[in-house]
Amino acid sequence: MSLKNILENWSQYRRGHEQGGHHEYEHMWGMAIDLNKCIGCNACSVACYAENNLAIVGKHRYSKSQAMHWMRIERYWDEPELEKAGLVTKGKTIETGASFLPMLCQQCNAATCEPVCPVAATYHTPDGLNAQVYNRCIGSRYCSNNCPYRLRYFNFWSYYEDSWPEPLHMQLNPDLSVRDKGVMEKCTFCVQRIRVAKDEAKMADRKVIDGEFQTSCQQSCPTDAIVFGDMLDPQSRVTKLWKTHQVELGKSKQSKQNPDKRGYRVLEGLNTDPCIMYLERVREV
Amino acid sequence: MQTKDINEEIKWAQINKDVLRSMENPRKAYWVAVGMCLAMLACAVVAEIYQYRTGMGVADLNWPNMWGLYIATFIFWIGMSHSGTLLSAILHIIHADWRKPIYRFAEAMTTFSLMTAGLFPVIHLGRMWNMYWVLPYVSDRGIWPNFRSPLVWDAFAIFTYLTSSALFLFIGMIPDLAICRDNARGWRKKLYTVLSLGWAGTDRQWRHFRKTYLLMACFLIPLAVSVHSIVSSDFAMSIMPGWHVTTFPPYFVAGALYSGCAAIITLFIILRYFFRFEEYMTIPIMEKTCKLTFAIAMVWTYLNLIEFASTWYGHDLVAKEVLVDKFVGHWAPYFWAMLFFGSVLPFTLAFEKLRRHLPTMFVVSLFLNVGMWLERWMIVGPTLSMAYQPFAWNFEYPSMVQWAIVFGSFGWFGLLFLVFVKIFPSVSMYEVKEMVYHRRRAHVEDQAVAFHRRAGDGQPVTDTP
Repeated sequence: MSLKNILENWSQYRRGHEQGGHHEYEHMWGMAIDLNKCIGCNACSVACYAENNLAIVGKHRYSKSQAMHWMRIERYWDEPELEKAGLVTKGKTIETGASFLPMLCQQCNAATCEPVCPVAATYHTPDGLNAQVYNRCIGSRYCSNNCPYRLRYFNFWSYYEDSWPEPLHMQLNPDLSVRDKGVMEKCTFCVQRIRVAKDEAKMADRKVIDGEFQTSCQQSCPTDAIVFGDMLDPQSRVTKLWKTHQVELGKSKQSKQNPDKRGYRVLEGLNTDPCIMYLERVREV
Repeated sequence: MQTKDINEEIKWAQINKDVLRSMENPRKAYWVAVGMCLAMLACAVVAEIYQYRTGMGVADLNWPNMWGLYIATFIFWIGMSHSGTLLSAILHIIHADWRKPIYRFAEAMTTFSLMTAGLFPVIHLGRMWNMYWVLPYVSDRGIWPNFRSPLVWDAFAIFTYLTSSALFLFIGMIPDLAICRDNARGWRKKLYTVLSLGWAGTDRQWRHFRKTYLLMACFLIPLAVSVHSIVSSDFAMSIMPGWHVTTFPPYFVAGALYSGCAAIITLFIILRYFFRFEEYMTIPIMEKTCKLTFAIAMVWTYLNLIEFASTWYGHDLVAKEVLVDKFVGHWAPYFWAMLFFGSVLPFTLAFEKLRRHLPTMFVVSLFLNVGMWLERWMIVGPTLSMAYQPFAWNFEYPSMVQWAIVFGSFGWFGLLFLVFVKIFPSVSMYEVKEMVYHRRRAHVEDQAVAFHRRAGDGQPVTDTP
């Protein structure tokens, strides 16, 4: 690597995560969430609690905002439009008419949480996942502070006894750990299921088939709003959806040919390059 | 009105006597202060044990306010450590000799506030028993810390700064420790004998000493600037609105010097009063410190205005939202208090009458530091509570555990300082003598003439024919 080489091929060396970086990805797990289909039933959130051994923090701690929902349904009221339609008076919160935004870790390819962790407890896997290593985490919480989506949750307490008193501890998912106090956690795209699927595919000497397994939120969604799959597989449902809606990875601004296509990524202008595409809700008002 | 920095007629034996006297026979007030500091420290220790056993939840930190008072207070203490270096290194290099009677305790303050600051990142960790993972040690598993993380830079910067400033404090004290050794008995004699490293005051020793001291001073200045720049990069390197600010490094350094100078004024007055150091910590020196503080306060104010303007005209909507929230939202009372204590109150330092009035200055300097603590809280708090995702907008109300630990950190600092002033000379004896010597030569005409003669000059240089 001579200096001349560096100077002449500078653009090559400047490749960040968003251009594929230095990773040779085996898979790139991605998602598409159709907000038109989302009815805000919170089944995904509940399924996530069951699948991922999320602590049930209780009313008191929830009100202190110490909840651990990896998958959360955000509710927004588009007030100006609702006002115009005479459905709401200004400044008054109503129970109906909300738009829902299911938020789970966006598995950013250029994740802002990764470079700031002092002990590299969060890093990028060859699966395109943003992994969190609980055993390595020392709980500096810098990752959460640098996550623009605020999708990281911290174990403020030791929840084991409170959350799963006997015999409820029998319902814990044995495929993954129960986190103790002082570590950060977040959505993993059900990495335990990915592991099983990959192992089975390897044993059968084949590739992972699209739709072979589902994440628990996808599985529980009654309206099939969530589509999950491998973005490197050109035949997968999720790849096709992204293509249809003209959303591409590695861009901070999408160059859409057709502006009517509903796909977008949350806060992609920050160049975090998230792996989840949302399909905008079309309102009738 | 006293205008001289120091009385040139003061005898050198008197200087020794006065300083050595301050190190012996603690009075009742001293023990009361020690008791108070211990009690404060006990509060923090109890709170910390509770937090350690139960989890960070007892601090009432929440999602997304993950940092809270701990990190704010961490920056506060790091900041306070900077003025010691300012006095002992920067003013040394630019030959401002008025620093000489007051730099020793300022340098001690540097070391002790760093020792306090260093505790906070550890306290705030969720699993503090694994804190050593941020250090690059050789492990079987071949795991290293993440060198891209500003927190790792922090760890390096603080350790380096703590080591160097403690060394600098010690090196600058060697001639004084020799004086102590010559006048002490019992365990003190043993201690000072070891610490003074066989100082005999020979020419050769002085020559080496001067070189080492100057070298350390030159080393420490860029280090001090870089330390707080690195602390600021904890914030500036992130992408959050209100943190991702290019002016943060100079802003933090200015804020650091500011709060440090204010703390010097506070300790100046306390030491002057309790140790009866009126001869050394004189009003003119106080005035000079106040002027310095005022200048730094204005730099800080200016950098504040720059930050507001660049956020406003930069028109990043999210950053603007956070800024507006600081001015008129939830944080407004604290924010306006910070601006008042930080930018308006220092104007009291511009008036000679007030500057020379110690009780006023004592109160003012304390409030300046309240302002500077609020500044750090206003850096950490608002951005966490309001960032990109509106759903995650949330406030935090720190619990008694957090307050107890913050409160106790002052006790810990005070305790270290109290121990220091009774074991080590808090006024630099040899440097005060130097100062007196130079002033005397400038003061007495014959000596001044002689002083300006160089070896080999035939006749004294005078204007009169």
